[in-house]
Amino acid sequence: MDIRKIKKLIELIEDSDISELEIKESEESIRISRGGQVAISQPNILVPKIAQVSGMPTSSSNEEPVANSIEGHIVKSPMVGTFYRSSAPGEKVFVEEGQQVSVGDILCIIEAMKMMNQIKADKAGVVGAVLAKDGEPVEFDQPMITII
Amino acid sequence: MLEKVLIANRGEIALRILRSCKELGIKTVAVHSKADQNLKHVLLADESICIGPNSSTHSYLNVPAIISAMEISNAQAVHPGYGFLAENADFAERVEKSGFIFIGPTASVIRTMGDKVAAISTMIAAGVPTVPGSNGSLNDDAYRSKKIGADIGYPVIIKAAAGGGGRGMRVVRNEGELTNAIQLTKAEAKAAFGDDTVYMEKFLEDPRHVEVQVLADGQGNAVHLGDRDCSLQRRHQKVLEEAPAPNIPQVARDAVLKACVDACIQIGYRGAGTFEFLYEKGEFFFIEMNTRIQVEHPVTEMITGIDIVKEQLLIAGGEKLSMRQEDVVIRGHAFECRINAEDSSTFMPSPGKITAYHAPGGNGVRVDSHIYTGYTVPPYYDSLIGKIITRGKDRGGALSRMVSALDELHIEGIQTNISLQRDLASDKEFQKGSVNIHYLEKKLGL
Repeated sequence: MDIRKIKKLIELIEDSDISELEIKESEESIRISRGGQVAISQPNILVPKIAQVSGMPTSSSNEEPVANSIEGHIVKSPMVGTFYRSSAPGEKVFVEEGQQVSVGDILCIIEAMKMMNQIKADKAGVVGAVLAKDGEPVEFDQPMITII
Repeated sequence: MLEKVLIANRGEIALRILRSCKELGIKTVAVHSKADQNLKHVLLADESICIGPNSSTHSYLNVPAIISAMEISNAQAVHPGYGFLAENADFAERVEKSGFIFIGPTASVIRTMGDKVAAISTMIAAGVPTVPGSNGSLNDDAYRSKKIGADIGYPVIIKAAAGGGGRGMRVVRNEGELTNAIQLTKAEAKAAFGDDTVYMEKFLEDPRHVEVQVLADGQGNAVHLGDRDCSLQRRHQKVLEEAPAPNIPQVARDAVLKACVDACIQIGYRGAGTFEFLYEKGEFFFIEMNTRIQVEHPVTEMITGIDIVKEQLLIAGGEKLSMRQEDVVIRGHAFECRINAEDSSTFMPSPGKITAYHAPGGNGVRVDSHIYTGYTVPPYYDSLIGKIITRGKDRGGALSRMVSALDELHIEGIQTNISLQRDLASDKEFQKGSVNIHYLEKKLGL
């Protein structure tokens, strides 16, 4: 299932009253929920746009309304790489939604060019939402975690 | 055949690269700065990744971000376009060390050609005619420098080895000014390029800028695609280019074309490249080699029918050159006008929203541009917003077609240099052909 198809499905949902859509195509299936996660049965598909699209407009539209509809301080990715919620596969995640964090606490890791970069909280508060998906690519300035 | 290419550039050349990738069935990844998310090629690419904030340093020149983008997108190769990292040997090396393909020559060839002193020695060894000069860097021995100056004959020009493209140069008209000029140029070079190595060359008073386009597959095959004349320049920036270069004796032309092809094979060149010369009174003098696709490549494409970007992609994919020299046939004449978002008389940059855009068309008219109605030209990058290219059976026909195309071209919302270009295309002297590299500045009274 290629990215453009998936993108069209997401646009379909956004333009309608559908809250959840699941499509099966031979061995592949995809479930898209409004305001939530995008679940794809083939974990190896790279969908850099998807991580941004779930609940948010694509990069081509005005970003201002997005900031208002997401509560709290948005921690955005400072680099291009892969987002990880824990230090290694199987390890505990750094933060859960609802967890209290102080300035300097490690929120997540971005792997870029074989180097693990720790991303620290620049604001104290409670973790509101984890917007990026574990193990998925993130681009520069992509919203990852909110702190309320 | 390459499967996925990351385009590490922006604007019109990124769109140009995307088009050739699409035609070859190669998937595209467009990396862009925050300001560039609405670039035409970004909207058309299979995938896009924002790699940094608006500043070029943190985006298009950000090597780790670009390589990281290649990793997460599984791109196989990167096309650097022109400018930015296109001739950055360290970037090419890091790309290859990371397991990807750099669409261009090897890092060591880029490094050699990027050092103007080394490039000249390489060309001398390969039999390419060069400007009489110091053939090596100048040292602090003022007496030695004066002797070199006397041997060459004044006027001479002091050039930074790490410069190029018109930067880091100073003309010296007599021996009395020489020592000062060398010291000043060294200081400027150190500040601008981090390297104060300078060399000396004869300064030609009435030269034209004539360059040769080559293609080589790195497997022992190389061809030339003829020459171009880019003499209309303002502050060393090309404004209007044409192919082939008019009024050149065929014997001299054939000799320099052959020398360039031989040099390619000798240095193990791979990809597209351009040998730049100063041409005066029937003689060619090598000044530098550009190891990348050039802005003005379309005029060569128009008269040869060869898609240079496609050839770059095929060569990078490991293909042997698809043509022999006999297959390259030059037909007709072509011109290119660079359209810049700048005021026609003051040359002040003019970023802003394009409220209306209408492109010219018709037989023999080609438009390479990324702009569209509603597109906002950002202030962070260079002002080139498009190129109008015309082709005709002969020089006069191609030029009158250009005047007509410029009349049709309409851009509202920003200032452009369209009226300057129209002026140039209608200029009587230019219509005769063979104006030298000082002509435009003289005409503008600079």
